[in-house]
Amino acid sequence: MSVDLILFIILATVAVASAAAMLISSNAVYSAMFLVLNFVTIAVIYLVLNAAFIAMVQVTVYAGAIMVLFLFVIMLLGAERAGKGPSIPWQRPVAILMGAVLLGEMAYILLARRGELLAALGEVPQGFGSPTSVGSLLFSRFLLPFEVTSVLLLVAMIGAIVITRDERKESQ
Amino acid sequence: MNLPTAYVLGLSALLFTMGALGVLIRRNTLVIFMSVELMLNAANLAFIAFARGAADLAGQVLVFFVIAVAAAEVAVGLALIVAIFRTKHSVDIDQINTLRG
Repeated sequence: MSVDLILFIILATVAVASAAAMLISSNAVYSAMFLVLNFVTIAVIYLVLNAAFIAMVQVTVYAGAIMVLFLFVIMLLGAERAGKGPSIPWQRPVAILMGAVLLGEMAYILLARRGELLAALGEVPQGFGSPTSVGSLLFSRFLLPFEVTSVLLLVAMIGAIVITRDERKESQ
Repeated sequence: MNLPTAYVLGLSALLFTMGALGVLIRRNTLVIFMSVELMLNAANLAFIAFARGAADLAGQVLVFFVIAVAAAEVAVGLALIVAIFRTKHSVDIDQINTLRG
């Protein structure tokens, strides 16, 4: 068993455990903290998979900006303990059954194509996944999507401001 | 580093299923939203695994775009939750059953 595999098994265990803890914890703040742990663990798996730049983006944007926004809204609304218990009694067993079916389908596809997916990977070129290589691809082949993303972020920013504006205060 | 693609895809599938379960089971809108983020992350993990397997950087660039879209989605989604909280005074998904304010 190689060092990579042992490292991956440890990381996968932490990722699955933190995701399960996120689902189970009744306090939304704990859920957010477990999700941060999950995101950081996945960032380390990105590093193992030669995606250094994306790993750093994951930590700064996901674990940093997005989760801080989540924590801010949870504490702003005081919604730590809202929504306890299912209102439809059969909802939870049916949900677990459907999740098991989904997992079974994905496991079937993975097992059916295990020959090509378990094959040993070839070497990647020097600097694969570095900021330089990802950036040069972003500004050449993916230039138009990159520019459209900036418009999307602007629209999201304006949308967030317009939606949260208090209309009652203006009508007074 | 040499890790078969199948193992990473298996982890991705497991995380995606847990995210879907979170959306179906939890009643707190914010936790449901976090589960959606978990599902997006599982898809990103599959993209990175395929990018490594095919030695093609396009997969990593796509993950970059997914992260940008997720940031935009979180900004608008949390704004919606705050706006709904103003009128309903609750983030319980069962209370949010009408589109009227």
